Amino acid sequence: MSAKWPTWKELPLGATILEPGNASEYHTGEWRSMRPKTDENVCITCGVCWLFCPDSSRKLAPRQKKHPESPYMQYYDFDFNYCKGCGICARECPTGAIVMVAEEG
Amino acid sequence: MAARGKRVGMEVSIAVAEAVKYSDADVIAAYPITPQTHIVEHLAEIVADGELDAEYIPVESEHSAMSACVGSSAAGARTFTATSSQGLALMHEILFIASGLRTPMVMSVVNRSLSAPLSIWGDHTDIMAERDIGWIQFFAENGQEAFDLVIQAFRVSEHRDVLLPAIVNLDGFNLSHVIEPIVLPKIQKVRDFIPPYEPVYRVDPDKPLCFGPVGIPEIYTEAHMQQNEALKDSKTVILEVWEEFAKKFGRRYRPVEGYRARGAEVLLVTQGGISETARIAVDRMREQGRKVGLIRIRLWRPFPFDEFYEAVGKAKVLVVVDRAISMGGIGGPLAAELRTALYHRDPRPHVVNFIGGLAGRDIRAVHFEEMTNKAIAYAESDSVPIYEMFGVRE
Repeated sequence: MSAKWPTWKELPLGATILEPGNASEYHTGEWRSMRPKTDENVCITCGVCWLFCPDSSRKLAPRQKKHPESPYMQYYDFDFNYCKGCGICARECPTGAIVMVAEEG
Repeated sequence: MAARGKRVGMEVSIAVAEAVKYSDADVIAAYPITPQTHIVEHLAEIVADGELDAEYIPVESEHSAMSACVGSSAAGARTFTATSSQGLALMHEILFIASGLRTPMVMSVVNRSLSAPLSIWGDHTDIMAERDIGWIQFFAENGQEAFDLVIQAFRVSEHRDVLLPAIVNLDGFNLSHVIEPIVLPKIQKVRDFIPPYEPVYRVDPDKPLCFGPVGIPEIYTEAHMQQNEALKDSKTVILEVWEEFAKKFGRRYRPVEGYRARGAEVLLVTQGGISETARIAVDRMREQGRKVGLIRIRLWRPFPFDEFYEAVGKAKVLVVVDRAISMGGIGGPLAAELRTALYHRDPRPHVVNFIGGLAGRDIRAVHFEEMTNKAIAYAESDSVPIYEMFGVRE
């Protein structure tokens, strides 16, 4: 077993977690079997995916070229450390910019 | 030993409530259920009358009672509750959480049978179904014990080396509802005996912690190991506390109590209130020159293996009386435990198990004599049944 895990003597009493806010260290994105993919040329940066994402795993990324219907030079991409691949963003996206593809390997 | 304190006649349930007051509990969260009701009713009065500075939380169920107790203990409050039977069963899932989170508290369980058929009367069905919850568990034989054990349980439960919840079992009606003389010590003496509770981790908005997180497979085994070691090691603290209690209050407690057990060839083994009746039977049989004694398991969890072996000595037959049954299995939970504990011993006594005293059915002294005679006959014929339902109408 990995050396990072505490022994029964080292484990805090009652398995209590002593450091607040450390859930971010647990990369739940490892659970993913489907991966969302955004076409930055279709995304209008409306933020609906950001609003619906249950894991706060949407983040802004710079665009390569200007979108004809959007003043923003950014579009919504993913933080794959936390995206579980639930597909809610793909279902809710009003422009159909997001598609779900199978994770490989 | 001379009684150190005032001797007062009172119902044992009332004495238990008084013990909670003497122990200076901060929070009581409880739901009434027969035959536990008088304990929490009296505690509600004590708090309402200002005799005890505590929060009394009248919850809507036992599940909520135990949940409130976990929260209260996690906040660092000295916590008490009491229940019986269906109420204990309703607490079931939270009982594991209380011990797993290492939240000390004391609960008096007034032992009663479980439905169906519906019964309010006493036996050990309720507590034996909760054997594996990871709590410290004591069995009281009489009112004084029911009183003393509550005080001792607070001291043990909150001890830095323990931090585990504790149950004090007392038999429904036969013990809870009888009036007995109780030696009441000075209240300050009891409060000096139990130092203020200082939790290791406390629910505190200024210092956020996560209590009860998910125990992923890489953590759960270590958490269980830690908890089990703490429960096993609690015996050291229990023995220390009993030693100090004996010095300060004049009453000595042991994990396994013997009565005329030395040199006995046949030993009755009991838990709880029926032990007093068993003593009468032992006296009668000793008068007839028979080498019969009694051992009583007062400390049930952690199980006191060494003290048990010592108490058994060179006895040839153990007559184990269980007030509960593991149906379709090995019979009495107490006998099963003792048989397993003895398996590797050589020589080991015959263990003859009688299931009796279910749902308030009387076990009288004459019944203990009858069980002893039967057990000896089984042992001599070398055909010991795994268990026998005593006194059942065929």
